[in-house]
Amino acid sequence: MPMIEIAHVSKWYNPTFQVLKDCTLDVAKGEVVVVCGPSGSGKSTLIKCVNGLEKIDQGTITVDGIRVDAPETNLPKLRARVGMVFQHFELFPHLSVTDNLCLAQMKALGRSRDQAVAKAMALLDRVGLKAHARKFPGQLSGGQQQRVAIARALAMDPIAMLFDEPTSALDPEMIQEVLDVMVDLAREGMTMMVVTHEMGFARSVAHRVVFMDQGEIVEDAPKAEFFGKPRSERAQTFLSRVLVASH
Amino acid sequence: MNYNWNWGIFFQPSPEGAGTYLGMLVTGLQWTVVTALCSWALAFTLGSIVGIVRTLPQAWARRLGDAYVELFRNIPVLVQMFLWFFVLPELLPQAAGMWVKQLPNAPFWTAVVCLGFFTSARVAEQVRAGILALSRGQSMAGLALGLTRAQTYRHVLLPMAYRIVMPPLTSEFLNNLKNTSVALTIGLLELTARARAIQEFSFQVFEAFTAATVVYLLINLVVVGAMSLLERRLRVPGFIMAK
Repeated sequence: MPMIEIAHVSKWYNPTFQVLKDCTLDVAKGEVVVVCGPSGSGKSTLIKCVNGLEKIDQGTITVDGIRVDAPETNLPKLRARVGMVFQHFELFPHLSVTDNLCLAQMKALGRSRDQAVAKAMALLDRVGLKAHARKFPGQLSGGQQQRVAIARALAMDPIAMLFDEPTSALDPEMIQEVLDVMVDLAREGMTMMVVTHEMGFARSVAHRVVFMDQGEIVEDAPKAEFFGKPRSERAQTFLSRVLVASH
Repeated sequence: MNYNWNWGIFFQPSPEGAGTYLGMLVTGLQWTVVTALCSWALAFTLGSIVGIVRTLPQAWARRLGDAYVELFRNIPVLVQMFLWFFVLPELLPQAAGMWVKQLPNAPFWTAVVCLGFFTSARVAEQVRAGILALSRGQSMAGLALGLTRAQTYRHVLLPMAYRIVMPPLTSEFLNNLKNTSVALTIGLLELTARARAIQEFSFQVFEAFTAATVVYLLINLVVVGAMSLLERRLRVPGFIMAK
């Protein structure tokens, strides 16, 4: 059974604009799937549907056997088990780095403050930011903030991680430090769905690459096959553009 | 202008019996402060609730909040004061109406309720603006971590929203304090009413209203000073906020 199962999902922003068109995609346990495509192709919308931050109009999404789109599903409980990392970090500016990591552990998982802080410190150590535990998000660089955001998601002991363009808002010199954390995570066997243009990341750790354009999943192929020779012309054009841009 | 200045008037006995004219001003000040604080407590509570409701995803809830704000914001506060004091008791069932009319300190309670609702509409507008000033990603981040919507408001959105709108909320607090003077029209013996009484008894019009003006200015300066202290204490390190 796949960890994330997206089946025939369609979504409209208004009666005339269809942002997702019959999307079907599975992510197996321990699998790393990179979703790429031009801006406006619906990839960020799709990943936000996986934990119910965006509603879908047709189709089904199942995470660890639980239907995300069913009205009876306890969404907060499900979301607490699915980590999400955003393009603009979305740390809570009024809370210290430690408190950013502890808030949901205490409020959603019911951990004690001591348990939560211990977990937070271990994870901050892991992303190399233990020394910054008492600082506030506004006092950190973009790369540091994104690493804190990843640690915040990991503090919930997630069964899968969703990344929504985690490096798009970063200065070029900070991209690598964030990618390094993500690569480690992938190598440890975390189930990951990653929306990104970082083809280097896709090449090194992805199992599959999904290419989206205009709300459709145009291509869904094993990494080697995708980079070897994508079947669709649209994917070929896209790849030639991003690969030129990144060299 | 042939005017006989007499600042000593405040130390002369008041014609109301016990105490001096100064004593009249002081009791007026007490009513002003108590009315302002009580109505603000009501305004802040109701305003926060309505402001939050106006940012919820449910369209019907937002519309209900909009209607509330437009109702209380668009009727002059003087008219609202008359509606609560003269009209409402007549509209209630007879027993309830009588109870309201015979309430001890009826002008005070009416002023608290009237100003509380009037100012709450304005507070609601500020709280809503503060929440909307935050990026949509902030509430998504809260929800994505497994917080409920209520927890997301309580721990993520509101702490920042209140900080952002603290300067305009200070203005609303001051407006509310000054609006207590409207309650003299329903018989509340607050600062302005007492200044007017001093003028009527003593004919020292300039002294009476100069004193009232200075007292209002002083209270407002204290409030502004206290709020800027509070703002500094609640400042978020590294977060740029309008000064």
